[in-house]
Amino acid sequence: MVHKQEKMLSIKNLKAEIEGKKILNGLNLEVKAGEVHAIMGPNGAGKSTLSAVLAGRADYEVTEGTVEFEGKDLLELSPEDRAREGVFLAFQYPIEIPGVSNTNFLKTAINEKRKYQGLEPMEATDFLKMMREKMAMVEMDKSLTSRSLNEGFSGGEKKRNEIFQMAMLEPKLGILDETDSGLDIDALRLVSEGVNKLRNKERAFIVITHYQRLLDYIVPDFVHVLYKGRIVKSGDASLAKELEEKGYDWIKQEVEANS
Amino acid sequence: MSETQEVDIIDQVVSQEYKYGFSTDIEMETAPMGLSEDIVRFISSKKNEPEWMLEWRLKAYRYWLTLEEPNWQNFNLKPINYQDIIYYAAPKEKIKLDSLDQVDPELLKTFEKLGISLSEQKRLTGVAVDAVFDSVSIATTFKDQLYEKGVIFCAISEALHEHPELVKKHIGSVVPYTDNYFSALNAAVFSDGSFVYIPKGVRCPMELSTYFRINAENTGQFERTLIIADDNSYVSYLEGCTAPMRDENQLHAAVVELIAMEKAEIKYSTVQNWYPGDKDGKGGIYNFVTKRGSCEGAHSKISWTQVETGSAITWKYPSCILKGDYSTGEFFSVAVTNNMQVADTGTKMIHIGKNTKSRIVSKGISAGKSHNTYRGLVKVNKKAENARNHTQCDSMLIGNRSGAHTFPYLEISNNTATVEHEASTSKIGEDQIFYCNQRGIGTEEAIGLIVNGFCKEVLNQLPMEFAVEAQKLLAVSLEGSVG
Repeated sequence: MVHKQEKMLSIKNLKAEIEGKKILNGLNLEVKAGEVHAIMGPNGAGKSTLSAVLAGRADYEVTEGTVEFEGKDLLELSPEDRAREGVFLAFQYPIEIPGVSNTNFLKTAINEKRKYQGLEPMEATDFLKMMREKMAMVEMDKSLTSRSLNEGFSGGEKKRNEIFQMAMLEPKLGILDETDSGLDIDALRLVSEGVNKLRNKERAFIVITHYQRLLDYIVPDFVHVLYKGRIVKSGDASLAKELEEKGYDWIKQEVEANS
Repeated sequence: MSETQEVDIIDQVVSQEYKYGFSTDIEMETAPMGLSEDIVRFISSKKNEPEWMLEWRLKAYRYWLTLEEPNWQNFNLKPINYQDIIYYAAPKEKIKLDSLDQVDPELLKTFEKLGISLSEQKRLTGVAVDAVFDSVSIATTFKDQLYEKGVIFCAISEALHEHPELVKKHIGSVVPYTDNYFSALNAAVFSDGSFVYIPKGVRCPMELSTYFRINAENTGQFERTLIIADDNSYVSYLEGCTAPMRDENQLHAAVVELIAMEKAEIKYSTVQNWYPGDKDGKGGIYNFVTKRGSCEGAHSKISWTQVETGSAITWKYPSCILKGDYSTGEFFSVAVTNNMQVADTGTKMIHIGKNTKSRIVSKGISAGKSHNTYRGLVKVNKKAENARNHTQCDSMLIGNRSGAHTFPYLEISNNTATVEHEASTSKIGEDQIFYCNQRGIGTEEAIGLIVNGFCKEVLNQLPMEFAVEAQKLLAVSLEGSVG
């Protein structure tokens, strides 16, 4: 497929700061359709900043560099337009919205996206059918869809709901921001299986994680180590294993020695 | 989001267009400007009223002269010049019409534009409408069908002629003219409004609704609504209101009285969307209304639901007097204020009978530089054994220049009472908005979604036909409150 070879996301020399504090210091990354990239790194390396900048959080300021998504300047787009173009962020801490059901939330989201694409709102029956299919796909409990969005959900339920939303919105690029944090082994497995079912030739993923264990379930094509706001080492899935055994200190030493 | 960014964004906003701000060009008959005994007589004679009605009006007027405007409210009220108001304005040529064919097409068009179709073909099914234009009722739909069931639904001026004994017995029985400044004024100069009587054992077969439209300039609207539900009856009633955009403030001082006899239930819903004034606070309606229901009979129930989004100032406390044993009073309220709007609203639950229950759910949303006050009284009389009240009072702030205030009053004179009060204040979170944005939902829609979620408990109380409208209205009134 020609499509597969095209680059989807291209980040060049990205520098970003929050409240004057520099977090990203010239980050480069290329992601093609169908690929899964894992971003690992010690605490404070800038992992969550990367996801926030890609999603367009207003409190982060991009001071230098470019981000192209499917040939478009991503940084020029509003957060909602980025989402409508196909960028999905699974939040590390999903937000609660009291009184708004999951169903209503997703219907609104899908129809906003369709409006952006010049399409009519989805038929209610089609929508409900899609809900049922995707719920089965990510093994989501039916009761969670009629309850208020994330309100009173357990940690595992919230994360699974993120994956369910991703399944419903069918993004081109899924960014998982420390989706494994706070999950027990069973929840981790369920969430990972959901993600694996969503993997296909057209869709790319950026999986941000501190620990290797998530990558036992979601096996990445590439692993990058983020340190001090830059990618300092890249490799395949075996790099994650190496990090698991040796920790991050040897990388830090390598970086310090080279600088 | 940083403080400055947030302020910038909020500054970009507040450009909401009021959809109902047009005015109708129609020949009007008006009373001379100002207020006097002659004006009271003028209004009464226009309506061809019986002598006792005029006497009552005059007593109210003379009493009103002895009063001063209240000053305990939580806002500054610019003194109102009561001599600068026109107290009666009616479209010319018609008093009351038998058929819609005789209604001025301009008026039909006006209501059509407001989404209220009075013509036979396009009527909202299952809802009977009384359309009030300035000081008079223009038309009442489904009147005959209702009358077959014994339900009386007509203009109060008409009821005065056709059912004088009912009006005479009940008018002023729940809200006497001595009650307060504006109820005295209303009693003196009220011009029209709706009258409803549901006979014993009848469940009103459709929603009843009154649509109030202020059109004329410099005019006040003083309508009076009286609803009587006899033993074992049920009625659901809804009022809606709009007004043109005008630079001066216009006074709307209505009185609503509800009477529920034994085992009767009245559900009264309001969707208030009077012109709120512009973003600098110029113009808009002063909505000063006295609404009160009396649960006269045992096991009766009165339920107020209000969605207040309009008016420069909303000042009212729809209340329940729980006289009958085992009677129930409910108050569900959403009050939204944006820009320079003010709301000082809430309820009074007066427990008199034994085993009476009341429930209060108030949701206040303040945006722009507006101020939103909840003021509520729960009073349990000495002999009101086993009274129960639950109050829940939630405020939501949008931006950081608006205010939310809560004044709950409790007067408990019987120690068997159970009274609970819960309150919360929250700020619409940037996190919530960003989460919605990230799913492709724009900020305006996100606020609409979050606010509707916040108000869900109250919106669920509205009749279905209006719940959807109310949801849209909430979103529109907050349009541009955050960027």
